[in-house]
Amino acid sequence: MRRGTFALSAALLLYPWLVSGTGSSAFLQDMGANVLLAAVGAAAWNIVGGYAGQISVGHAMFFGTGAYLPLLVFHHWQLPPVVGVPAGIAVSLVIAVLIGFPTLRLLGHYFSMATIAVAELLRIIVSNWDFAGAAIGVQGPATSRGWWDLIFRSAVPYYYIFLAVLALLLFVAWQMQRSRIGYYLRSIRAGERAARSLGVPVRRYKLYALMLSATFTSLAGSLYALKTGFIDPESGLGILVSVQLVITAALGGAGTLLGPLLGAVILVPLQTATNTWFGGGGTGLTYIIYGGIIVLIARFEPGGLLELWHRHITPRFNRRAQAGDAA
Amino acid sequence: MILVQVIVGGLLLGAVYALFSSGLTLIWGMMNFINFAHGEFVMIGMYLAYLVAVAFHGGPFAFSLAAAAGLFVLGAAIYFGLIRAVMRGPMLAQILSTFGLALLLRYAAFWIFSPNVVTLPHSYLSGMINLHGILIRESQLVVGAAAAALTIGMHLLLTRTAIGSQLLAVAEDRNAAMLMGIRPDRMQALAWGLSAASAGIAGALMAISFPFSPEVGGTFALIAFVVVTLGGFGSVPGALLAGLVVGLIQALSAYYFGPIYKDIIVYGLFVALLWFRPQGLLGKA
Repeated sequence: MRRGTFALSAALLLYPWLVSGTGSSAFLQDMGANVLLAAVGAAAWNIVGGYAGQISVGHAMFFGTGAYLPLLVFHHWQLPPVVGVPAGIAVSLVIAVLIGFPTLRLLGHYFSMATIAVAELLRIIVSNWDFAGAAIGVQGPATSRGWWDLIFRSAVPYYYIFLAVLALLLFVAWQMQRSRIGYYLRSIRAGERAARSLGVPVRRYKLYALMLSATFTSLAGSLYALKTGFIDPESGLGILVSVQLVITAALGGAGTLLGPLLGAVILVPLQTATNTWFGGGGTGLTYIIYGGIIVLIARFEPGGLLELWHRHITPRFNRRAQAGDAA
Repeated sequence: MILVQVIVGGLLLGAVYALFSSGLTLIWGMMNFINFAHGEFVMIGMYLAYLVAVAFHGGPFAFSLAAAAGLFVLGAAIYFGLIRAVMRGPMLAQILSTFGLALLLRYAAFWIFSPNVVTLPHSYLSGMINLHGILIRESQLVVGAAAAALTIGMHLLLTRTAIGSQLLAVAEDRNAAMLMGIRPDRMQALAWGLSAASAGIAGALMAISFPFSPEVGGTFALIAFVVVTLGGFGSVPGALLAGLVVGLIQALSAYYFGPIYKDIIVYGLFVALLWFRPQGLLGKA
């Protein structure tokens, strides 16, 4: 495992350099940054959706909040967009408490319905709110006024910023997994009533998980806005943003540490490919494929690809290793 | 006078909300399962009506019947192909299954019919009725009355017939029902068929007076959530009352504050309900 972690870290650190020799290095570096961003968002969703088993289908509300605030502070007060990042996190935390407090005392379905409703509510409000750019959206600085605007021509600096955030998030998730909160959350997912009867403060820990998840989802939204320099209601708060977060985590393996990264490594190139091959019409096709993948995961392998791997591939390795020992 | 007209219009549309929401509440009551693709069932009902009207020149009766039959088959097939397996699975599988299905159906319609807004090729029941100065379109009145009658019919089917008793027996205790000689799978497939058919027929009825696109399903799903929560999960009479209330609230908020507020106020109401009375207005705690 330690060797695997080392190899993975090395590959992620060296990726921009490894592809720099190829003919389409800028394209591949940009895609690499997008993969990391998708992984950050999915890993953030994973904290409440995977570990705690509370399936949010409206995480776009946090992503959009995180994406809007940096561009809004620039648009209205010409501040560097980075200033809006903590503001986005603060607003996301308020939203998380507001919806988590009433709905997390109920069983799972209510939480899912509430999240989708609040995300839609937010999208409609922002679409009609002139301060937030209404349906047109908000733009970031067109040219860099200094390094603090974080505008780079190449995707490589973004790649390393995203990688740093992903590393921090995975470290937090890993620590969480091994500590009491991780055990609490998994016991809640396995059976809420049983967990409560054993003295787990179910509501409080579900709320903690939602707040932590909201913080990092908001951060993912901010990173997206910093890199793209533009946000509108669909790309920030649309239902498809939530879909992207859910499917990336669920495909790799909800409730696992590296599942979100695996999902991002598969889905982002897939989406880029369908958009390239089918042009604008590819968007529809991408989501047909996404819907199909989600249904297939739910029907056949709710644990995602990592569990599939653990069940079918790992035993084979072990058998071979044992056979080797015997010989 | 205009206010009365707005109220009547709201109630008549509310009856249609009640019809498709009664399908959602039936599934919830039977198996504690929320169907996130329910709005897409309504959307497919609209496009089935469109196809029948365009290809076979069918009238409102023909295309509503076709939408109901088509969705009944689709609902039962989805039960056997997907729901039966995920019902026993973890919460993640239960929620993601119909959520993914919603995405699949919405974008399949996107792909087949293009994202453009369409209307039915002819206008049906376009006459106006003058009731002591209140002007109502014939289509509004017929659609609203039909929807209310069908919702009441659903309630009677569940409470007054042998099939209804069997459905409720399976909902109560699957194993005990099996010991009484009821086949739970068949009953649950029937529930899914009825649920989808109610959505399909509601969609076909709304297609008469509203333009639609593949994306309308999301709005209807949320309206159904509000109605089902307001009326109490699992209660068809509750859904009927709540559907009328939601239709009325939408009509009044559009009238007083402007059309964009009709959705904002209804979703806001939903969030408020979850805060203060998650078991619904008529539901038991």
